[in-house]
Amino acid sequence: MELSEAAAIKLPRSTSLERGDGLLVRLRPVYEGLIHFSLFVCASISVLVTVGIVVVLLYESVQFFFDVSIIEFLTGTRWAPLLKPQHFGILPLMCGTILVAGGAAFVAVPIGLGTAIYLSEYASPRFRDVVKPMLEILAGIPSVVYGYLAVVFVSPIIRYVFPSAGVFNAASACIVVGIMILPMIISLSEDILQSVPLSLRGAAFALGANKFEVTVRVVVPAALSGIIASFLLAISRAIGETMAVTLAAGATPKLTLNPLESIQTMTAYIVQVSQGDTPTGTVEYRTIFAVGLTLFISTMTMNILAQYILSRVGEKYE
Amino acid sequence: MSSNKLDLYTTKPRGRISNFLFTSLCFLATMTCVLMLLVLIWNIIIQGKGWLSWDFIERLPSRFPHKAGIKTALYGSIWLIGLTALFSVPLGVGAAVYLEEYAPKNRWRKLIQLNISNLAGVPSIVYGILGLGLFVRALAFDRSVLSGALTLTLVVLPIIILASQEALRSVPDSIRRSAYALGATRWQTVWYQVLPASLPGIMTGVILALSRALGEAAPLIVVGAMAYVPFVPESLSDEFTSLPIQIFNWTARPQEEFHHLAAAGILVLLILLVSMNAIAVFVRHKYGKKIRW
Repeated sequence: MELSEAAAIKLPRSTSLERGDGLLVRLRPVYEGLIHFSLFVCASISVLVTVGIVVVLLYESVQFFFDVSIIEFLTGTRWAPLLKPQHFGILPLMCGTILVAGGAAFVAVPIGLGTAIYLSEYASPRFRDVVKPMLEILAGIPSVVYGYLAVVFVSPIIRYVFPSAGVFNAASACIVVGIMILPMIISLSEDILQSVPLSLRGAAFALGANKFEVTVRVVVPAALSGIIASFLLAISRAIGETMAVTLAAGATPKLTLNPLESIQTMTAYIVQVSQGDTPTGTVEYRTIFAVGLTLFISTMTMNILAQYILSRVGEKYE
Repeated sequence: MSSNKLDLYTTKPRGRISNFLFTSLCFLATMTCVLMLLVLIWNIIIQGKGWLSWDFIERLPSRFPHKAGIKTALYGSIWLIGLTALFSVPLGVGAAVYLEEYAPKNRWRKLIQLNISNLAGVPSIVYGILGLGLFVRALAFDRSVLSGALTLTLVVLPIIILASQEALRSVPDSIRRSAYALGATRWQTVWYQVLPASLPGIMTGVILALSRALGEAAPLIVVGAMAYVPFVPESLSDEFTSLPIQIFNWTARPQEEFHHLAAAGILVLLILLVSMNAIAVFVRHKYGKKIRW
């Protein structure tokens, strides 16, 4: 390493070396300590955010469960907190959420995995250099734009093919959310596929396997746990997705698995209530927090599971 | 490191058809992605281009589609992004510096690290609920720009921390050791050597995080961004709206004209996002190469 190529190691100005007993030098331990402390505070804030989320969600939810029995909340089949008589069964919202997340996975998993395999195993470097930035653009489009596309572009097509579908339908939400989570599946799965050691491929080739066999029987199985983790992360993202679902799927909490009907997800419900003027402290207001808690628990579980799987992937080849 | 380098591609008669079919299917999947992107963007351009004009940018919102514009939404977004940057950059970079340069490698650090990567996966609407409970109600900032920006800060904080950590980690240890050898203290080492060296990476991460904040609508709706704000925010406590929220409101209306307005708004939003990304690419390209170890 030549000196000129090294990062410019310039001496910090006047305080560079211990010179005499200048005030700055004597105060150094003090401000070093202060800086250390304030950086520590910055890092602690991330922990405080998590604590904050849990405290805020629990605090209001507990009050909610004083008014509504937790059994009704978890098993009731009607969700109508804003109408009289009120019903507080979260199952329809859960059902809507699962329908959208499942549908999105149905769209995104095969396309995403196929693309990841193509980019990792078959594509020429030049082709990858063109396609990967395009997929990054797909990832950078805000979710409200996908909502717009669902309403203006996808939904009319679905109604053309299935005339029985409503203006608002779960299918259009499934499709756009599927497109939204595609880049995530592709980039994570591709990373995992690339990390399968070359020696494994070479060994399979040496045994006389052809490219197809190497990919399908060796590379993909070796990367399988990581690929599944990427699916989990993407589905968790689909569960938490809000704007596209709110715009596309409508606002009718319903226990149905028919994608042509209008449904409501947990996130869409939260948006619906937030837009109205629900006074603080009422049961209706607290439903936001109870639904939010359910959402938080479900996505958090999937994320932790995925991260546990991912943390074990690297160990295999060492 | 793709297996292309091995170039052991075999075309034995056995399995040639399945080989071909599989390759085509995978290629088809890739092309589907690319095609979808093109169709989606094409659709927005077709719908919105006739409605995009300087007038559109300078007009206030209106019930009449031909008089409506995005002035308040645009200014609201600028306020939000500016404030979010002000809060999230020092906090995020500070946290990253602590974790990478100061924190002893013990269980606590691992726990904080795990916590941050999990926070990155929390749905943004949950941050909205936190903002509603904490900033709007408990601290009584009300439905103000300040509440909105603080909420967005929480949304982007994990992204900034993770990106900055990545950048700090890429600075080789030899730089730190040579600074220590010259008698620099820990902070001097960080401030004069490590941070400048990792700045391109940190900047890229910050810009990407802020462009995420620019497109975010869900947490702001929960915090209480208004559908109709006829004024540009002038102080921290003013009510606000933002571009994605304006787009959301226009899309939610049944009339066709408003959908065109939404498309025009999306074009403005996408132009902003693309320019931010261009800056990120430029920074990485220009300053990323200067430092070589």
